[in-house]
Amino acid sequence: MRRLLYILPLAVFVGVAVYFAVGLTKDPRLIPSTLIDQPVPDFDLPPLLTDKPGLKTADLKGEVSLVNVFASWCVRCRVEHPLLMRLAKDGAVPIHGLNWKNKREEAIAWLGELGDPYSRIGYDLENKAGIEWGVYGVPETYVIDREGRIRYKHIGPMFEETWKDILEPLIRELKG
Amino acid sequence: MRRGVAVNVFGAIVLGLTLLAASPAAAVLPDEMLGDPALEARARALSQNIRCLVCQNQSIDDSNADLARDLRILVRQRLTAGDSDQQVLDYLVKRYGDFVLLKPRVRGATYVLWFGPLALFLMGALGVALFLRNRRRAVAGGDAIAAPLSADEERRLARLIDDGDRDI
Repeated sequence: MRRLLYILPLAVFVGVAVYFAVGLTKDPRLIPSTLIDQPVPDFDLPPLLTDKPGLKTADLKGEVSLVNVFASWCVRCRVEHPLLMRLAKDGAVPIHGLNWKNKREEAIAWLGELGDPYSRIGYDLENKAGIEWGVYGVPETYVIDREGRIRYKHIGPMFEETWKDILEPLIRELKG
Repeated sequence: MRRGVAVNVFGAIVLGLTLLAASPAAAVLPDEMLGDPALEARARALSQNIRCLVCQNQSIDDSNADLARDLRILVRQRLTAGDSDQQVLDYLVKRYGDFVLLKPRVRGATYVLWFGPLALFLMGALGVALFLRNRRRAVAGGDAIAAPLSADEERRLARLIDDGDRDI
């Protein structure tokens, strides 16, 4: 009993050390979304392009889709762009764009240069919808289910592994 | 030479006073401010407890980040629309999570954070109290000091003291 008492401080120390060590392996920039499993927030964005519709809450009901937040000034959006282009070409899943805090002509030029994978693009210069969605950086990608609920949020650029290991299995499951 | 030192000292004092007088620079721009001073004061107070999600260790009141500006404007819009302070915070927490608050709320998930230090202190205090009680009891019971040295021990002690004089 006495010996246990002497070991207690060491045990507490080890516990705290393990707790902090695990904490250090996590990226503090990844803030978990509060909207997981919640319906898509109310928003209604005008179109970015004249020949492609804008994006609003009702558009996200009825089929499994991705909502990708992007901006032309976002360097890491370039990283994931080829993947988005490929997914759009394969028709894997509809990808809706949310153009965030971006000058219109710059966004249009960016899409002209790199290609446009989006089926709809909402234009959000003033971060109106962005705040509703809890966007705090670009790129961010949300997986929306048939009922129009947010099922997953990916923060930062999507890589091949992100698609293969997380998004594709999830989308397959949601499509049932 | 002398004069150089005097100038240095004077410079150091001026620098010190300047640093003392400097308050943390707020990032609020004039075009964001509200006309109503009472409302603006509430907005400032609220902003100081809202985390900038881009820079993370700054409040939106301190941060120059673009998103911080958006949130400052949002806070002011909500206040102008008649929200209470609590409603504004709830609005933000609903979208960005508890992390947006610089002072975490007291709830199940944060009990360890709020009460952990107190619990550790109480455990330590209990440990000290037990230790002191045991020692006092040992002293009172006499088993620590009552037993006199045996003749053998007296001799060893004397030898050690002598050795101490010579060697060290």
